[in-house]
Amino acid sequence: MGEIIKAEHLSFTYPGIDDVPGAVVFEDMNLTIEEGSLVAILGSNGCGTSTLAKHFNSILLPCGGKVWVCGMDTADEDRLIAIRRNVGMVFQNPDNQIVANVVEEDVAFGPENLGIASPEIRRRVDQALAQVGMSKYALHAPHLLSGGQKQRIAIAGVIAMMPKCIVLDEPTAMLDPRGRREVMETIIRLNREKGITVVLITHHMDEAAQCQRVVVMHRGSVAADGRPQEVFAQVQLLHEIGLAAPETVELCYELNKLGFALPLDRLDEKECAQALYNAVKA
Amino acid sequence: MLKDITLGQYFPGNSVIHRLDPRTKLIILVVYIVALFLAVNWVSYALMAAFLLTVIRISTIPAKSFLRGMKPLLLILIFTGVLNLFFTTDGEVLVDFWIITITTGGLQRAIFMVLRILLLICGTFLLTYTTSPISLTDGLESLMNPLKVIKVPVHELSMMMCIALRFIPTLIEETDKIMSAQKARGADFESGSLMDKARALIPILVPLFISAFRRADELATAMECRCYQGGTGRTKMKLLRYTLWDFYAFMTAGAVLAAVCVLRYFGL
Repeated sequence: MGEIIKAEHLSFTYPGIDDVPGAVVFEDMNLTIEEGSLVAILGSNGCGTSTLAKHFNSILLPCGGKVWVCGMDTADEDRLIAIRRNVGMVFQNPDNQIVANVVEEDVAFGPENLGIASPEIRRRVDQALAQVGMSKYALHAPHLLSGGQKQRIAIAGVIAMMPKCIVLDEPTAMLDPRGRREVMETIIRLNREKGITVVLITHHMDEAAQCQRVVVMHRGSVAADGRPQEVFAQVQLLHEIGLAAPETVELCYELNKLGFALPLDRLDEKECAQALYNAVKA
Repeated sequence: MLKDITLGQYFPGNSVIHRLDPRTKLIILVVYIVALFLAVNWVSYALMAAFLLTVIRISTIPAKSFLRGMKPLLLILIFTGVLNLFFTTDGEVLVDFWIITITTGGLQRAIFMVLRILLLICGTFLLTYTTSPISLTDGLESLMNPLKVIKVPVHELSMMMCIALRFIPTLIEETDKIMSAQKARGADFESGSLMDKARALIPILVPLFISAFRRADELATAMECRCYQGGTGRTKMKLLRYTLWDFYAFMTAGAVLAAVCVLRYFGL
């Protein structure tokens, strides 16, 4: 598998106003996203995860270093559209990314911008809506849908452009538990069935635990990177940077402090229960 | 309470009127309004009313919704009627009591004026009731396309209209939320003089504006992410296409206009 997004020695500083110095977000950051992978990026508030996401499709350009998307430099203005059609973006607030007042028209917005022929747009819109399970809402008004449904419409709007990669910036932050589950199921299905690379920025450990790889960011650099089991086992590190491990791991960690010797890589409740059972039995 | 606002409310349906091309409906509305202002006698008004009622019948929109939409305009209707009734002095005197004089000419004029406004409003309602806002903007964009030659930003205007329509319910919802939040902190919107009431709106408008700007900023980013680069090179999923029905509609509207003209100039 090739690499789809690659940040090399990335540095970025938000410009300051007058004498106030700007906020440094990244300094010499390196990150590679493999094609077809499902990657979660974790970080405490204000540590630059959203800024990083905006570098992945040329909304922000690096101050130093390079970001490559499918082999294209994001600073290359001629490739802007090519980059953006390959890396779709879904934001936190579903209300602020829906453009049209009919669901199917909104999904069609991206392909329309790309200048695709009408019958092909129609086909893509129907397909995209089917993929997120929203076909029967095609003619509804978006403001009457639930948060989870709106977010799925936003995802449909992105996949109608047929991107290789989708970057989701805290897509579930404003949703209720049911909406979160709907969105997560959709994301995982798209990754498995369509092979779309997914970069999921999240604050929810349980969502990160469902990914293949977890990247933990802290103060503009990568603090931990690996399979969820490996990353979440570093409970000490996570606590230091203001994050928590999934609850199952936290439980084992606390019990270990009391003298148990439980494994810290049980992310699933059943596995955790089994480990506890084994420990108590022994 | 704010949810009751009807603004170009659309009744989804599948009648012939619904399926007409939005451009057809827009043009016919203009023709209809012109015909209304050309109508001068009972026969032509009867013809216009018959035309409108037939179209309403075909559209299957319940008559109730027209009446409901008319309610806020009742005052204007009464006002126009009364003014015309009392201040027209031609024709035979019917009633002469104290300072009130009603003549046949005044009576006729009042009825015509009220009828004209009624028919005008119902006609425009019919357009918004049977045409979704998005196809209406599409129709307007397509009709205004020739204006691009004189550098009118047609696409930008229709995009703005589309986004405005999309955000009306969102902003109304937000206003409701802000009002509740301010009420919870003891704000009073109901009592006091008009000045007090106006002043009480400031704590609603300020957060509403700030959040609208924030929304606009996020929406702009989201649109950029979806490769929006203005109107050039953009295609449409739904292409507007005239059908045979549009042809029939044009013929009917043309016939009505011609009939009204004949009635006007030959004084039948």
